[in-house]
Formats: sequence, structure tokens, C-alpha cells
Amino acid sequence: MKLLTLNFLTCARKTCKSTAAAFPLHPKDAELEQIEIDMNPLFVKNMLPRLEWEAMKTLTQELGLPALPAETPAPEELTTEDGEASQVLKDLHVLLMETSVASGKLVCGNCGHEYAVKEGIANFLLPSHMV
Amino acid sequence: MDYMIRFMQIHESFRQPETEALATLAGIPLEWVFYSHDSPFAIVRFPSTTDPATAARTLITRSILASAIYELWGTGLDYPSLHQDVRQRSAPYWPLHSQHSFRFEIDSFQGSHTSSQHTAIIESFAYMAFSGPIRMKNPSAQFVVFEDFLLDAPLPHQLHLGRLVASGNRKATLNKYTLKKRRYIATTSMDSELALVTANLALAAPGKLAYDPFMGTGSFPLACAHFGAGVFGSDLDGRSVRGKGGRDVRSNFTQYATSPLYLGGFVADLTNTPLRSSRCLDAIVCDPPYGVREGLKVLGSHKPELQAEVFLEDGRLAHLAETYLPPKKAYSFLRMLGDVLEFGTGALVEGGRLCMWMPVAGATAEEEPKGVGGKERRGGGGEGGQEGGAGKEEEYAIPHHPALELVSECTQHFNKWSRRLLTYRRLANSCIDENEMLAYQAARLILQGENGVGTADDLNSFRRKYFRGFLDPSMPRQHEKLPHTY
Repeated sequence: MKLLTLNFLTCARKTCKSTAAAFPLHPKDAELEQIEIDMNPLFVKNMLPRLEWEAMKTLTQELGLPALPAETPAPEELTTEDGEASQVLKDLHVLLMETSVASGKLVCGNCGHEYAVKEGIANFLLPSHMV
Repeated sequence: MDYMIRFMQIHESFRQPETEALATLAGIPLEWVFYSHDSPFAIVRFPSTTDPATAARTLITRSILASAIYELWGTGLDYPSLHQDVRQRSAPYWPLHSQHSFRFEIDSFQGSHTSSQHTAIIESFAYMAFSGPIRMKNPSAQFVVFEDFLLDAPLPHQLHLGRLVASGNRKATLNKYTLKKRRYIATTSMDSELALVTANLALAAPGKLAYDPFMGTGSFPLACAHFGAGVFGSDLDGRSVRGKGGRDVRSNFTQYATSPLYLGGFVADLTNTPLRSSRCLDAIVCDPPYGVREGLKVLGSHKPELQAEVFLEDGRLAHLAETYLPPKKAYSFLRMLGDVLEFGTGALVEGGRLCMWMPVAGATAEEEPKGVGGKERRGGGGEGGQEGGAGKEEEYAIPHHPALELVSECTQHFNKWSRRLLTYRRLANSCIDENEMLAYQAARLILQGENGVGTADDLNSFRRKYFRGFLDPSMPRQHEKLPHTY
């Protein structure tokens, strides 16, 4: 699951969803995988305003990845003056689109529940007492 | 100039909505001059468009249910009236093509000709005085005489002459996506043609984000990714997402070379979705389980002993074990449709689309006491499915939500049953009727009751409150059973 997708996910428990502590989920024993793919500047540009940037920063920090800019990059920062992909866009592309969690756990900061990730697929099913 | 769309004579009720969706996506103003479910030939106009030829080309490239679009050079009820109309409409355009290589052909719907009749028809257009070479392969101008016959009629009742503007990619796309060649499918994989049409109705396009909460083997995300959208999906059944032996959802994306657009799949239940509450999706495309074969399930259990943590014999918590399978309980199909709409309202951006399939008719077991009727049991498993004792089937009303506007409703008919594709558009918050919304939310809260569990009795008021009665008298009512594959 790409790191971009992680930014849209929180704890599946209804009681956690409204709490600030439940988001973002914290990776634990996470094994990352990086697969090189073609750049999709339009997609990255459209997704940027939909990301929770603070959560993105927390995630990169916890995963030990290079630090992100303090604020969500503005659309014009994504291209150079010649209309080429800027370094900002290239870095975002590597982080959001090429990096994914292959295995490990995602932990809710509110209830502590751990969601397992295996072969890139996270399992958000809950036992009956948590539903 | 008017344009003629050559549709396929299949999935008739999907054709106009698909074309309209493609026009919306490209920002093309579209006006229907002639359309009939009984004819593959439709006439359209692009009012106030400076470059209608480009508009026509754009409209057709992605179309699955139309094969090509033509400039309409004439139309008539018989050949004399066609020739007269061709002279009137298109005479100014003849000199433009007089030196070009060209070809003429005849496209007869439900009719045919001998080859001498064929030649005679083509030669009857000799007055257009084209002096360029006739070329069967890649001519500069391609003309088609369209004949529309009623079934078994000796003569066509409608004729058109068109000059080809552009052909779509229907054939190549379908050939590529056919389930026969897909590496990973299951019994409920959506047929590729309608999955692609669904993606068109969802306005899937580069730069957009689409999600399927009932992904299965990924039919809809694959179709959306074909049109360039970034996609992700989930399913309650982890086995379908994970696949087996290298055949999984991901391998399907690899097969179609769209894996860069696949953002991932996860295992989750829509009623306990891990998606954070934020409106970040451009499209939701789904075919929710109809709950016939296995009975519809969501997370949770009614068993009192499962309402607290369960410990294994060795003292460990059961739900932390590697092999733990969370319990699932039966759920109402209609309630789930309501949940999908509510989810869509909270997750779609303004103007975002929700495309959802549902059967036209089905059992309404919750309306009858269990075990009444004694008709044939539906559903093979019989394990806790709420459809258990149902005998009666009736047409489902079309679900309604104050924040979602119904854009189109398409019906696919099978031999013994039919299903609908409903497409909704997320309204701007300022366009939502506040009172209606308040009433809707209040009704939902009552229904959810304690612990979010409603009893079967709640479902009656659920139906009354959430579903706007809808019976189109022109549509044949379906009382047949669903097949066992769903």
C-alpha cells in the first residue's frame, strides 16, 4: 500500500474515528518497498490539497525518511520555470507514489489496536467487541 | 452541422448516459436531436461549440457503447428524400472532398442487400462528383450510408448519409479487457464492457482518485485506471484481495500495465471503514454484494460472549492471533445501500460521482415473518442469511440521499432478472435542502439504535424514510430470481 493511501486511512473503530490521536496510524516494524514508476504530475498535484500534511510529516519522520517541507507545497512549486518537474515534485513522487508499506503493523494512537499489513495489504477487520 | 453517433445495439439504457458523461467530462455542450433505444443511429448537436469536429472526436475516443461518429450529410425516410436532404445539407462540403481519396460503404441495421443493389445504392450518390481515387484502405474521406430496418421489414424506414469524423476504441479496449484473458477473476467479476462503461459514468480520468469499497477481483478499479484515474479498493473478504499463487488484484494491474495507478488494496468493512472522514474521492464505483449466495455480511456478532475480549486457552487475546478471523453478522441489503450513499456523501468531492450497481428486484425478507411462504429457499449456504425464509420478490426503490443527485439510471436485462447501475453526483453543500438533510440524519440515527445495530423491524421504516418510491411504468417489472452467482 502506497504511502499516499496511508494518508487517507485511520483507525476503523467508530469510537476512534472522531479523535485526533487516531490519525495518522503509526507504522510499527514496517518494511518498506520502493518500486520505480513513471511520474504522474497531474495526479500528485491534485492529491496535494487532499493530504493531511501534518500526518504526512509524522509518517515520514516515523519511517526515518527525508524530512518534508513545513507546509504543503503550492502547485507552482511542482514545476521549474521551464515547465519541467521540480525537485519538490520528484521527491513527492518518490515518497507518495513509489514508496509503499510491504509488511508490518499500523497502530492506532488512540486505542492502540494494531492492524497487520502483509504483502502490502492491510487488514482493517475488527473483532466483535471493537465494532 | 449535426453529427451522427453509431451506437452498438446493446445495453441500450446505458448509451445516452455514457455519451452524456463523456460530454460532461470534456465540457462539451451536447444536444440530442434524435435518439431511440430501438436504433443504433443517434443524431446530436454541439451547440455553441467553435470546433464541433474536435468535440465529436473527443466524445467518441473513450466511448464503449458507440463505435464511431459521423458528420450528418443527410437524412430521409427513403432514398429520394435522403438524396434531396443530402443536396440541401451538404452541397457546400462536396468541393472540399472532391479531389480526396474516398470510399463509400453501407451500414444496414437489421437489413441486407445483394451486391448489385449495394453498388446501385452507392452509385446513386454520383451527383456529389467526387473525382479523387477510390481507396478501400485509409481513404481521406469515408462515407457511410446508414439504413435502419425494422425487424423483418423489406425496406429501411430511416436512412442517413455520414462522413466519418472519428472511430472510438471500443473493439481494442474490449479485446484487451475481456475476462477471458484476465489473469485473476472470480464468479462475480463484472463483465469488462459494463465495468468500462461504469468507469465512464464515474468520469474516471487522469488526475482523479477513485475507490471501490467492494473491490473483489478489481474489475472497477481496473476500468477506472484504464482511463487514467488513480484507484484503490477494499473488500470484506481478504481472500479476494490477496488472491492466490501470484494471481491477485495487483497482478491484474500488472497485466494491463496500469500498476502505477493502483494505490493499493486493503481488507475492510464499509460499515467500519478505515477511510478518514474527509471529502477526497472523485469517484466511488461499486457493485455491492447482493447477499444471495452467502447472505450479506458486515463485521460484528450478536453473540453475547463475543461482545468482550475473548481469550484463548493459553491466555492470549484471540483477536491478536495470526489466524484470527473476525466474526461477521447478517446485514440488510437495503441498509447497506443506504450506508454506501451516506459514505459517498462524506467522501466525495463536490461534483464527484457515485456509481453503484443493484438488482432491480429481490427478496424483501424483512417485510415478512421468517419462514412464511414455504417457497423455494434462496441462497445456497443457509448459514444465517437474512434471505433465509424469503419467498416474495419485489422491485427495489431507488435509494435517495439529500446530498446526492441521481444523474442516470441504467438497466441491464438478463434472461430472468435485471440489475441497475445508478449514478449519483455529490451536490455542493449550498445546494442541499437543509430540512431534508436533518430529517434524513435523524432517521438514520434512530435506525442505528444501540451499538449501531438495527433490528429487522427497523428496516421497514428504513425503506419508508430513505427510499423515494420509484416505479417507472414503462419498465417491465421483474419478478424473477437472482442467479446463484450473487
